[in-house]
Amino acid sequence: MSSISTITGMNIIITDMFQYEFMNNAFAAAGIAAAVSGLVGYFLVMRAQTFAGHALSHIGFAGATGAGLIGLAPLWGLIGFTLAAGIVMGLLSERISNRDVAIGIVLALALGFGLLFLHYYTAFASQATALLFGNVLAVDRGMIATLGLLGIVTLAGLAAIMRPLIFASLQPELAEAKGVPLRFVSTAFLAIVALAVSECAQIVGVLLVFTMMVGPPAAAQRLTTGLSSGLAAAALIALAEAWLGLTLAFYSDWPVSFCIAVLSALGYFAALAAPLRRARPAGTGVIESAP
Amino acid sequence: MTPAVALERATLRVGARDVLKDVSFAIEPGEFIGVLGPNGAGKTTLMRAILGLLPPSEGHLRVFGRAPQRGDSTIGYLPQVRTVLPDLRVHGLDFIASSLSGERWGLPRLSRADRAMIDDTLALVGARDLARRPLSEMSGGERQRLLLAQALIGKPQLLLLDEPLISLDARHQEVAIEVVRRICRERGTTVLFSAHELNQLIGTLDRVLYLGNGQAVLGAVAEVITAPVLSRLYGTDIHVVRADGHVFVMARGRDMEHVEHQHDHGHEHHHH
Repeated sequence: MSSISTITGMNIIITDMFQYEFMNNAFAAAGIAAAVSGLVGYFLVMRAQTFAGHALSHIGFAGATGAGLIGLAPLWGLIGFTLAAGIVMGLLSERISNRDVAIGIVLALALGFGLLFLHYYTAFASQATALLFGNVLAVDRGMIATLGLLGIVTLAGLAAIMRPLIFASLQPELAEAKGVPLRFVSTAFLAIVALAVSECAQIVGVLLVFTMMVGPPAAAQRLTTGLSSGLAAAALIALAEAWLGLTLAFYSDWPVSFCIAVLSALGYFAALAAPLRRARPAGTGVIESAP
Repeated sequence: MTPAVALERATLRVGARDVLKDVSFAIEPGEFIGVLGPNGAGKTTLMRAILGLLPPSEGHLRVFGRAPQRGDSTIGYLPQVRTVLPDLRVHGLDFIASSLSGERWGLPRLSRADRAMIDDTLALVGARDLARRPLSEMSGGERQRLLLAQALIGKPQLLLLDEPLISLDARHQEVAIEVVRRICRERGTTVLFSAHELNQLIGTLDRVLYLGNGQAVLGAVAEVITAPVLSRLYGTDIHVVRADGHVFVMARGRDMEHVEHQHDHGHEHHHH
């Protein structure tokens, strides 16, 4: 009896939520961004370039406010700035994208410029919170189409470079010797990250892109050891957290981005706590010397 | 016969420094060459030049009679591991698979034949159990065995092994040397094997290539490991002590090879 009533209860709750078009739109937009973020983020975590991803989103903030200042849609300013910054980062050196200090200074500078643009275009100030923390409940059909198209371009780009990207990430010395153009691959990857960041920022805002691009892939890497299973897990965890976050927000009236941020952190720490999957065969009888 | 690797008055320059200057030697196909010398003498630089990553600034370098070509599939390479990503939970099979035609665009694919080839090669170096284990849980020695297996895939004609014995324990060092020796003898593969210690390789190598002070000397152990030759390469007074089939290279009473080895772990002498 009780299980039947729970199921009916669930049905009511779910139909309730999907009666609203803004919720349907939010689910579609968050789903697209989550899948893209999970897949691209997996490589960001693997290459230990998460900080570069964070910087790109902050640079995007300056782009979005700057676009507002000259009368363009913020999304195009965001895409333009992150893309340009990603390409410059990749071209400067394959190592600069790992330099914490340089990246930290650039991202602070970008936020500063964002503030300056807001200062001169006060009418835009009300949108600042949406840019910083996201506003997925305001997404319309047109935006979903844009996000879908952007997502297809991003994933097509990732698919095109995936093989050399994996090789160059795992074994750069050998990849170089075998003819992988390291600089081109890392530049193309950062351009792909820039597009994914732009998508993600539409959902959770530039300050919280880590919740979708880093949390789920990091959890996935803890839970899996295979590349393909890791990629699939990253996308699925991101999707689950985004949709659960929306549901939670709908019934609690808390901000969506807050709910997704909490779920992302919970997912990561739960994965940390989970026992590592080991496939170690019973004692090989070999004692290794310390490296 | 065309030499496997031939340098003719070649100079290899990294930045503003001539790592090797006006060097000439020829390595015959099928030879097992031990590459020795102090840190920074150019062991890694020489291998990178053979791989086509560093064209000689002067003179000529030929690999099987041709100019070195980047991505040459007849060369197997074991780089000295410097980039070990922390916490990398990718398992051994995926790690090796990434190198199979890893330079091609598109999505990664692993055919059944590829899988069998990886399995066979892992078995050859006694590292079959590493296929399913994540890299982050492997010891330095296990990673090294994985890299050795990877270098052997595709039956290369020339093997460039950059310090393959680092972080292996004594037993696995012997296994690694034995595997490479067998491949060298059975397949006629030319081997350049760089190491810090000559003694482990003494019974295996055909000739030794000793680098130092911008110079290179190639010859039998008895010709090269002598006080005059090594004093020139180290730029300091060197004594060679032979005892019980072993050779020790000493400077002012210190064993040079061991001094070098201690330094190596913290040092970065990778040239870009």
